[in-house]
Amino acid sequence: MSVSLSEVKPRLSVYEKSDAQQTIESIYDQLNRRLTVSSLASCPVEFSAAFVNLCAAQSCGKCTPCRVGLRQLYNLLNDVLDGKAQLATLDLIQELAEDIFYSSDCAIGYESAAMALKALRGFRDDYEHHVLHRTCGMSEISPVPCRAGCPAEVDIPGYLALIAVGRYDDAIALVRKDNPLAIVCGLVCEHPCEMYCRRGKVDDPINIRGLKRFAADHMQGGMSFTNDCESCQALEATSRIAELTDDTLEPTSDNKIAQGTSSQDFLAPKQADFTGKRVAVIGGGPAGLTAAYYLSLMGHDPIIYEQRAQLGGMLRYGIPSYRLPRKELDREIDYLLGFGAKAKCNVSVGSDITLDELRASYDAIFIAIGAHADKKLNIDGEDAKGVYSAVQLLRAMGDDELPDYSGKRVVVVGGGNVAMDVARTALRLHASNVTIVYRRRVVDMTAQQEEIHAAVAEGCNLLDLRAPVRIESDASGQVKTLVVQPQIIGEVVGGRASQRAVAAGEERIDADIVMVAIGQDTDSAAFGDYGLPLRRNMLVSGADTAIDGFKGIFTGGECVTGPATVIRAVSAGKAAAVSIDRYLGFKHSIKLDIDIPDALFKARMYCARSNTEELDLRDLPSEFAQVELGLLPEEAVQEARRCLRCDHFGLGALRGGRYTQW
Amino acid sequence: MVEVNLTINGIAVKANSNMTILVAAHKAGINIPTLCFERNLNNIAACRVCVVEVEGADQLVAACNNLVQEGMVVRTNSPKVRRARKLNVELLLSQHDVQCTNCVRGANCELRKLATDLNITDIRFKKELTHDEWNQDFPLIRDSAKCIKCLRCVQVCENVQATGVWDLKNRATRSTVGVIGGRAIDNSLCAVCGQCITHCPTAALRERDDTDLVLAALADPDKVCIVQIAPSVRTAWGEPLGLTHEQASVKRLVAALRRLGFDYIFDTDFTADLTIMEEGSEFLERLSHREDYSWPMFTSCCPGWVRYIKGHYPEMVDRLSTAKSPQGMFGAVAKSYYASIAGIDPKKIFSLSIMPCLAKKQEAAIPALSDAGAGQDVDAVLTVRELGRLLRSEFLDAANLPEEDFDKPLGIGSGAGEIFGVTGGVMEAALRSAYYLATGTNCDPDAFAAVRGPEGVREATFDLAGTKLKVAITNGLANAKKLIEAVKRGEAEYDFVEIMACPSGCVGGGGQPISEDATIREQRTKILYGLDAKNNIRFSHENPSILACYDDYMIAPLSEKAHHLLHTDHHSWQMPGEASS
Repeated sequence: MSVSLSEVKPRLSVYEKSDAQQTIESIYDQLNRRLTVSSLASCPVEFSAAFVNLCAAQSCGKCTPCRVGLRQLYNLLNDVLDGKAQLATLDLIQELAEDIFYSSDCAIGYESAAMALKALRGFRDDYEHHVLHRTCGMSEISPVPCRAGCPAEVDIPGYLALIAVGRYDDAIALVRKDNPLAIVCGLVCEHPCEMYCRRGKVDDPINIRGLKRFAADHMQGGMSFTNDCESCQALEATSRIAELTDDTLEPTSDNKIAQGTSSQDFLAPKQADFTGKRVAVIGGGPAGLTAAYYLSLMGHDPIIYEQRAQLGGMLRYGIPSYRLPRKELDREIDYLLGFGAKAKCNVSVGSDITLDELRASYDAIFIAIGAHADKKLNIDGEDAKGVYSAVQLLRAMGDDELPDYSGKRVVVVGGGNVAMDVARTALRLHASNVTIVYRRRVVDMTAQQEEIHAAVAEGCNLLDLRAPVRIESDASGQVKTLVVQPQIIGEVVGGRASQRAVAAGEERIDADIVMVAIGQDTDSAAFGDYGLPLRRNMLVSGADTAIDGFKGIFTGGECVTGPATVIRAVSAGKAAAVSIDRYLGFKHSIKLDIDIPDALFKARMYCARSNTEELDLRDLPSEFAQVELGLLPEEAVQEARRCLRCDHFGLGALRGGRYTQW
Repeated sequence: MVEVNLTINGIAVKANSNMTILVAAHKAGINIPTLCFERNLNNIAACRVCVVEVEGADQLVAACNNLVQEGMVVRTNSPKVRRARKLNVELLLSQHDVQCTNCVRGANCELRKLATDLNITDIRFKKELTHDEWNQDFPLIRDSAKCIKCLRCVQVCENVQATGVWDLKNRATRSTVGVIGGRAIDNSLCAVCGQCITHCPTAALRERDDTDLVLAALADPDKVCIVQIAPSVRTAWGEPLGLTHEQASVKRLVAALRRLGFDYIFDTDFTADLTIMEEGSEFLERLSHREDYSWPMFTSCCPGWVRYIKGHYPEMVDRLSTAKSPQGMFGAVAKSYYASIAGIDPKKIFSLSIMPCLAKKQEAAIPALSDAGAGQDVDAVLTVRELGRLLRSEFLDAANLPEEDFDKPLGIGSGAGEIFGVTGGVMEAALRSAYYLATGTNCDPDAFAAVRGPEGVREATFDLAGTKLKVAITNGLANAKKLIEAVKRGEAEYDFVEIMACPSGCVGGGGQPISEDATIREQRTKILYGLDAKNNIRFSHENPSILACYDDYMIAPLSEKAHHLLHTDHHSWQMPGEASS
């Protein structure tokens, strides 16, 4: 009997993916993208059940706990969701998940169970709420994901729609209703909103920050510099409604005001009548500026006490000017102070004026002193000449005191954004070479990927898995060498890879300057001495920024949270403004109603994201010139039109997806 | 707004750029089916029944919340559209407890009508019903197994009634509607206005059915069954029976109720007149001691409104007139004055009221509001919908019944009493009598017609024998809220304010027959004003039965007896969360 060759399975064939396998992988890819787009406020139990079911689908089917256990776990979770569970069911879920975790043969089983256990622990309250009340206990559903993901709750679909039709002044006005630092955030916001952007489920999230920058670059009013972009000038701004009120009355057509292009006419929430209430804002950083701006809109009289020579806090004394040009920062601050907030610079609360004195002459106090103290390596030789903290360098830069690093070998210790900032700054100060030393791997660095790439692209060396051991100096006390111990990456603790010394000898890195950038601290001594509660040097407040036991004193921003982001500081400033307003006996709200272009149906289309580009250091007109290029007008329009308008489509349809006041 | 040109089903259509596809199509005479949609209330595009095909787009487009665009080519009945529309309704039916033979909505169900229109004969999906717990004793009943999640209830409660009892509950595939905060309905600030019911496309929301209670009383030989009919009931009772408004005269309703076996058929118009006497006198009394009271004085005849103010503005409750609602007054009068003149043991009386209202069911059951000392003053309350079901089950040829008169003396009401059923009516009736009380002469009965109209908030100023009176009238609780907030801010000052919880007043009541006719409230309103104009008595103070009631029993408005029976202390019962005084 002869057998045709084609029917014989070859003993060995060339590896090739089947069509089915390719399809599955493409679905995994899409799934991955879908999961990356975080969904806020989904039901944790519903999500756990779906996750367990997905895990079960990956089971090979050999072992009991995985094959049967995951399926039964799914059933039990559904009982909870269907309101058929008792509290004892939760115990059974716990027991079953532990069984799968302990007795599975491979990672398909035990990792599924580990996640299920984590969810059960992390969302115990919601599980119980389901059992006891037959409904999910999660709070309000956020219909517009980007807005919900923004700490300042900016109306993102609204301003993107305005940008799409060329109404840049209105777009910035709308941003400033919720976030006064529109220009700054267009340049340096870490844009958590983009993580939640539903467009990410289709192709890529919208370049929200890039668009905000585009609007700020092209606005005509609001103390903007003259815009010479012809295609932008051709687009017109139209009418809008603006007011700040004490109430919820609907605006009438009488409130409509026309807009000119001069700064005086720039659209802003209507300022409330002057109350005469004086508020001392300690610290002129993003939190303090935000609070002062909104307090002035609410009719109060805020005065900022700033320790340094100029306002801006970390915006000026932390972020290098090539990322945030001072001209841009200054025009933002000028605008915010245009509503009556005053500032006293070079005044340090604690030494120049006491908190007691401030309490005596002000109706309320907002402490927003940030995190400007440096953290030490605590190794031998750290006090050598030529060893600086990143904070020291960036602070000097903020006041335009530029050291000369010509011919110097600079070693930066750290892996955060600040380390990248000082490394790139050192290059601009003509250092002969710059090396960034980090004890973990590059992938473990906390700096944003773009920042790391930019540092490398500009010529910084990365030396990872090296832990500083000591600093050696020459006879004059000048730093000579940073001695490091090579490390090996290992155990994952608390979700983070940890390192340990490898059995190799120490390495020596020659250096003229060592820059320590391993984090910042809050200089809270004066406030601690006054009796304000501290936790690890940080001030302690409630979510409303009030300090327990100290009437009229509020605090927020990095001095409470530790080093964070601009947009979180803005959130704290807003919360403080509202709390202080209430404390002073008012109920002002910030209201701005801009008529937003209608959401029009668009056929589903795939269109990739336009990214902002950075100029090569060699192509910059000057070392500290802005490195990032804004979007082109054509890119901006296309990008803005990519917005899926979740304020209108999806759950945004139910309650309008728009909040005209807070 | 610019004019755009588009093509719908091959027809060239001109539309304004701010029109939805649905509106533009309708204007061009092309109907697109909808389910969750309700004009000016709900255009959330949730049900996906109104989807249409737009050339160039792969996916279908919801007609209700997408605007027309220049050059759009729309097809409303393409195979793709037909398939999607039908399948989406099939999906809704897979989670709907299809009980059409034994459902209060019967043929008046939007889902059933749509499924029939779509020729759905088979549901290919697994049946999945949810059964949320519900207090079946509460006047408002929600059956989760019939809810299709159109969210109209959420919208009407939040936006029209400013009450926000309903909210989305659960997430993802288990998303549904529930009482806000996971509370039980009896522990919520529900005004029991019933607007969610009249906006529900199915029977997911309905009134507690009390018809069996009534039938039992009618069958009980020891009971003397009396019934009162609220003013607005006469405008709508024939609708569920398929009668025209001409056929459904109030006299035919009297005849029908007599056939059902009621011993005495009376008119709530009578106690509407009594309300005017009491509330009007109270108002004049307050005016004469202006500084002793907070202003304005609010009407108290609408129990939905009373629940609202107690729940949301407890600090303003003393501004309510202390007068009971006409239903409440009738209940008290029937088991006291009427029992005495008719020589009936009040304990033997079964007192039914037929109301356009669910809150009246709730009101009747409050022990503190029963003052005649013979059980509940009002033993049972039927909505107009329940009345319809009761009459149908009697198999009466209602259209051909003779016209019969109300029984006397509580069956006599003035035209002023008739218009209690419409927004502005209480105010107009009160002003007619206040003018008389202040001047000693009657005005032209239509002198105060300025207070009529459907607008949400209306204001008027009158000169009453030298006293300037500023009055306001609102309907719909969101409008009431606006007015109250304006008063609180000191932006508005009134002497007397009439508030009815339901849009257009009782003619738009939550207990009225459910109609898809957008003009139905207007039609019912017209009937009431027509009855007022035709009535021989146009003034409450000229109702002979009212005069007799005072002469023989109550003595005078605000007398001790009147206070005991016809007025109430609004603090004698509490809303959930309301502090007891």
